[in-house]
Amino acid sequence: MHRTKVRVAEGVLDANETIARANRSDFDRAGVRVVNLMSAPGAGKTTLLERVLAQGLPAGSGGGAPRVGVLEGDVQGTIDAERISALHVPVTQLNTDPGFGGECHLDANMVRSALPQVPLQDIDLLVIENVGNLVCPAEFRVGEDARAMIVSVTEGEDKPLKYPLMFRACELVVVNKTDLLPHLDFSMDDLLGNLERVNPGVTHMLLSARTGDGIDAFAAWLAGVAAREPATL
Amino acid sequence: MHELALARAILETALGRADGARVTRVEVSVGALRQVVPTSLAFNFEVLARGTPCEGAVLEQLLRPATLRCMCGAEWELEELSFSCPRCGGVETEVVGGEELLIESIELEEAPCTAPR
Repeated sequence: MHRTKVRVAEGVLDANETIARANRSDFDRAGVRVVNLMSAPGAGKTTLLERVLAQGLPAGSGGGAPRVGVLEGDVQGTIDAERISALHVPVTQLNTDPGFGGECHLDANMVRSALPQVPLQDIDLLVIENVGNLVCPAEFRVGEDARAMIVSVTEGEDKPLKYPLMFRACELVVVNKTDLLPHLDFSMDDLLGNLERVNPGVTHMLLSARTGDGIDAFAAWLAGVAAREPATL
Repeated sequence: MHELALARAILETALGRADGARVTRVEVSVGALRQVVPTSLAFNFEVLARGTPCEGAVLEQLLRPATLRCMCGAEWELEELSFSCPRCGGVETEVVGGEELLIESIELEEAPCTAPR
């Protein structure tokens, strides 16, 4: 039996990258910037979005405040989308359970499948709230301009060391639940020190989505992304 | 944890290139920074390949170590988790190896000729 070796030299995730670029094109055509928001389950993605969207984003130098839409990624259910919908923000729920087999992350294809339901012409900024997971979402680009993550003080100081890819993949690390600090044996210096080891110089901010403390900085960051030139993939 | 999605992507590419021929080996480069568990990737690939021309193919995983380079010129393999330069302490470092996720090659088995002589 004759065997032949065939050179392939193709990235495993090339197909995902291709679809991500197609998403990027659609976003650019509509003039929409996109944030991919990630975290472990329960770190506060939805609560932070509720807080900042209820308050509204600051107006840019060009005109009014950016109009925000949300794409909710969850394995099952519409709970998060319902919470955002109550704020009269256009929101689309994407479930990875039906059709995608319960994937633990969003990929470019899943996001593309949801785009027909996203009113791109009515928004300036799309926040994609990814599935709660510190491992897989970092691997799959979906066509975003910026990636941000939330780590909460209840998760411990060693998270950056355990999940370096996620902490390195993001340009913004939000440290949430600072209102709980008096009740925890938690060292912010240790967390920020570990973050510095894994992603030296990364932008980070401390806030509490629950009390609203520090929220303005996140709102300003989102507005800043909305005002950016389109990202090139 | 995402090995299923990766195995599916590897399988699809291998099947596409094989174009119906039986595949006996798939060689992939996996960077140490990609958080891939080798046994999980092999297991998922084996399961997904059943019933396809890739059934029974060996998934050979070539581990690429995490290599960083600093503006000062130092280049080193990551041993402990710190992305600042061990020589100058600088933080302007770039990853030059260890983020690969590449299908290098496939090995095809050519069927014996069955044409009438």
